[in-house]
Parts: sequence; C-alpha cells; structure tokens
Amino acid sequence: MQKLALANLGRFFEAVAARQALYLPVEDAGGQASFQRWAPGAKLSGALNTTRSAKDFFFPQTEDLVNFKVRGKEIEIIDPRTEQEPFVVFGVRGCDARSFSILDKVFLADPVDTYYQSRREHGTIVSLACTRPEETCFCTSFGIDPTCPQGDVTAWMEGDALYFAANTPKGEALLAQTAELLEACGDEAVRAQQERVSAILEKLPLAGFSTQSFGGQVLIQVFESEKWAGLSQSCLGCGTCTFVCPTCQCYDIKDMDTGHGVQRFRCWDSCMYSDFTRMAHGNPRLTQKERFRQRFMHKLVYFPANNNGEYGCVGCGRCLAKCPISMNIVKVARALEGDCK
Amino acid sequence: MNTETLIPKLGVVTDIRIDTPDVKTFRVVGLDGKKVFTHIPGQCAMLSVPGVGEAMFSITSSPTNEQFMEFSIKKCGCLTNWLHAMDVGQQITIRGPYGNGFPVEGALKGKDLLFIAGGIGLAPLRSVINYVRDKRQNYGSVQIVYGSRSKEDLVDYQEILDEWMADEGIQVNLTIDRAQEGWDGHVGFVPNYVKELQPDIHKTVLLCGPPIMIKFTLEGLKELGFSETQVYTTMELRMKCGVGKCGRCNIGSKYVCKDGPVFRFDQLDELPNEY
Repeated sequence: MQKLALANLGRFFEAVAARQALYLPVEDAGGQASFQRWAPGAKLSGALNTTRSAKDFFFPQTEDLVNFKVRGKEIEIIDPRTEQEPFVVFGVRGCDARSFSILDKVFLADPVDTYYQSRREHGTIVSLACTRPEETCFCTSFGIDPTCPQGDVTAWMEGDALYFAANTPKGEALLAQTAELLEACGDEAVRAQQERVSAILEKLPLAGFSTQSFGGQVLIQVFESEKWAGLSQSCLGCGTCTFVCPTCQCYDIKDMDTGHGVQRFRCWDSCMYSDFTRMAHGNPRLTQKERFRQRFMHKLVYFPANNNGEYGCVGCGRCLAKCPISMNIVKVARALEGDCK
Repeated sequence: MNTETLIPKLGVVTDIRIDTPDVKTFRVVGLDGKKVFTHIPGQCAMLSVPGVGEAMFSITSSPTNEQFMEFSIKKCGCLTNWLHAMDVGQQITIRGPYGNGFPVEGALKGKDLLFIAGGIGLAPLRSVINYVRDKRQNYGSVQIVYGSRSKEDLVDYQEILDEWMADEGIQVNLTIDRAQEGWDGHVGFVPNYVKELQPDIHKTVLLCGPPIMIKFTLEGLKELGFSETQVYTTMELRMKCGVGKCGRCNIGSKYVCKDGPVFRFDQLDELPNEY
C-alpha cells in the first residue's frame, strides 16, 4: 500500500495528466458531479457519486462506427477511428467499477465489440472507496464491497492522505508514474475506515435488500406476474433510468447525412421507448407495461440466465434518485418476490 | 475472421427479379464478383444503403449456390422502398452471416421434410429447400405446402413450377386465399390446407409465414399429432447490431439475431410469449 499526502493531490493529478488524459468527478455550478477532463485547478468533487455513471468512458452516449462516401451507385467505406489515447478515470465508486465487468460480459463476448475493447484496453480505473454511502445505495446486495472497490488501483481517502493499492499491472504502472509523490505505508488507516464504513452500510435502509429469488429459473413465472400492470402504470417512458444506469447497454445505430458523406453512429437507446422494437409489421411490446417489464426482466432474470446468475444491476441507486415517478428496481423486485415460486 | 462486426462490406446488386407486386429478389455479390461470405440456410445478413438505413434480411439463396447470394425482400418500409426503387449495378453494404440457421447438417439430416410457408415466409425456407435439393441423398421425402393471397403473390412462382415441381420426390402443394381466374389449384388458407393434406406425422416441419398463419398452422399440426419438437420456425424481430449486443431482439433471455432466428417450437415454449 502507498500513501499520498492530500496536500500533494494537485501535483499527483498534474503528474498523471502529463502522461495521459485524466478524468475525475468535478462539480458544476449547480453542485452536480460529473466526470470531466482534468485541467489545472480542477477540484475533485466530494459528492458520493456522479449524476451520470462512468459507462461513457467505454460506451459513450454517441460514437461514430463507420463513415460512407456515396457517389452515384458507388459507396466507399471509411473506418473513422483514430488511435485511442490512453486515459485514467479517477474516483470511480465500487458500483460503477463493477458495472464495467457487467458491460464486459456483453461487449467482450464473442464477437468482440472492438470499439469498446479498445477503450477498455486504453483506460485505467482508479476506484475510490465510499465513506458516506447514502440511503439509495444497495451495492452490497450484489456482493460489492464499496469499502474496497475493484479497479486497476483502489484508493481510499482518509484523514490527510490518499491511500493506494494497485490491483493490476496497469495500476502498478500508473502508481510508478507518480512514485516520487508516494510513500509506502501500512494499511491501518484504511482498515479503520473500512470498519467504520461497513458499520454504516449495515444500517442503510436497503441493507437487507436481495434479488436472490430472481434468476433464469423463474423466467416465465415472473414474466407472467399480474403485478406488472400496476407497477408500470405510472411509468412515463422517459428512459431516464436507462440513461443514468451504469449497466444499461442497449444501443441504436443511425445514419446521418453530413453533406459530405454519411456518418453511421451508435447511440444509447432505451427499451422504455415505444419505437425500440417497432417494425414494419408491428410491435411485440405495444404498451409501456411490456417495455417496463423488459427492463426489469433483463436485469433480474434474463441477464443472470445468460451470465451464471450475475444480475444486471450494481445497486448504485441512480434510478431510485432520478425516476420522476419514484419507481425503481428495488420496488419492482420487492413486489415480485412472491411470484418467484 | 473479421472481428469488425459493425463495419460492413460492399456488395453490388447484379440482378433484380420482380416476384410479386411487392416482392423483389435481389442478387448480390462482392465487388470482386464473388460471394461476400458463406452461410448456413436460415441465416441472415444486414443490408444497408448508407443514409437510408440498415436492416436484417434472410438469405434466400442456398449456400450450395457458389456464385451469388439472393434476398427476397418485401416492400414495407423506408429501406425496402429504396431497395425496390434501385437499379442493377447499385452498391449496397452487407454484413453477416448472423444467427444459427436450420440444422441442415444435424437434426434435419435423413428426415422426411415438410416445408410450410405463407407469403414472403418462403424466403428463408427457399434456402433450405434448394440446399436439400442439391444434397438430395442426405434427406428423405420433401413436401412443400405454400400459400399466398393470390397467384400473383406467390414468391418464386416460376422456380417452383420449373424446378421444384419438376424434381422427382418433391411434392409441391400450392394454395391461394381466394379463387381467381387462371388458377385451377387449391384455394384456401395454409393452416386448413395442411390439415386437409393429412401429412405423415413423422415428418419434420419447417414453418414460416405471417404470425397468424404460424399460430393456426402449428395448432393444426398438433391436432394432426405432430409434436412441437418436430416443428422449426424462424423468427423476426427488430435488430440493429446482429450480434446480441444492442439489446432489442430478445425473446426472454434469447436474442433472435444470435440464438435464433431458427427455433424449435418446444424451445419457444420455454420463453415468454412476446414476439
């Protein structure tokens, strides 16, 4: 374990940013935290989490896939990608850090998504242990330990120091870049923090929440539950939950005529939208009930069915905080628990 | 293997055949004049015209055709309208093949086969039919029941008359929804016709058509004594990526683009009825 005096935090960021792009949570004028590229003077946000998840780094909201030039009946295909620059994301919380391994199961499964893969390879994650979990947090329900988040480097902020433990060769390389600012140390302070925070975690309102009764084995029972109609009744279909969700990965592919050619890009899409599954001959998910059901079935039942029981949720609580009608995965799972038999 | 699954290849349309008032069959090769890729009958490909759109179509030609691929496409939306309006020589983009295909080298081998199609539903089955015709010794008897709204709406009609009906050991039963002048064949809906024909219940069935036709035909087959484990179909849902990642073509935990489009009805029974 190594230690950085917080007084040197600015110098640490500067040293990291000198070698690669550095992103960290900073607050805007309204107090909303979001990941921004570091610039001299940037102040690390003290917020528990960013409003948007960290998935943008590997799966951006929009990205060019391929460009075309069209001349008469002829088409030219152009790969728009330039070399991916290495980057560091500092301050990723345990929930978002886990979301990357869930996204990996989608994008790195055969056939590999090379756009995502390239970003994963070039990105180094410095996760930051949580010290003040909130009432919407339930990452522990998915076996995540926010006091020791996964990542290339795990960091703990305690007292007047930032403590680092490298977990991967990429993480070791990053710490080596800033070696002159770091000093070796014991883990007493970190352990004390972990014990203190663990005690808070046990007392959180959602501490006992579990999705264990869900999974592929109850697929038809849960799908056919009569409760979906009531649960989805007030859903506006705004898609906010899918956009703030760190594990929602559905995307659309669209073409845009730029006047000089055609840009084919992908962008986040949402199963909550009516045209998500609409085809020339009809729509298999005609009402908001079916769309709403799809989102929760995917996270609680379909995803585990295909991924050895792992759920498509990390308990970050963003959907709990942001849904305009206060509907969320916790309420849905609790309501449907009885149908898992 | 090309791992750039979302970057297409170029194809050129070398022939356009008018099948019906709203179906055309497009012949596609790569710019080098060769097939863009090889496929298994029942697999699909993403075709696109840049700036217009991209969509999934079943490959209607058989993989035994080593010269070109064919797509029978019904005019029903933005991209298909554009495809119907284009001329020979037009370049398009193509990527694939996608999906599992029919088990022509597995469960179907040695079986007596009953193909049942309605309308444009013949397109994916034609790939299997011509594959079986080219590898005749590997399969038992072949019966094809095909129906459409009218004589003019029968896809591949000339090929059916000239080639399939001329083949020994292939029984073709055509039907149209309503009687019309110049048609002395069967008149009536496919599900009823199948029941009237009383096919041998040991046959393996490949069924494709409009959802309502599939529903009633399957019911009829079950009444005759067929089991769901004998009946295969091919599904169609909206797709964008073709590789099980964009998240929209799932039926329960299965993605039609990757785990399908070919399913046996007993497999579909284990999935939610959302298609």
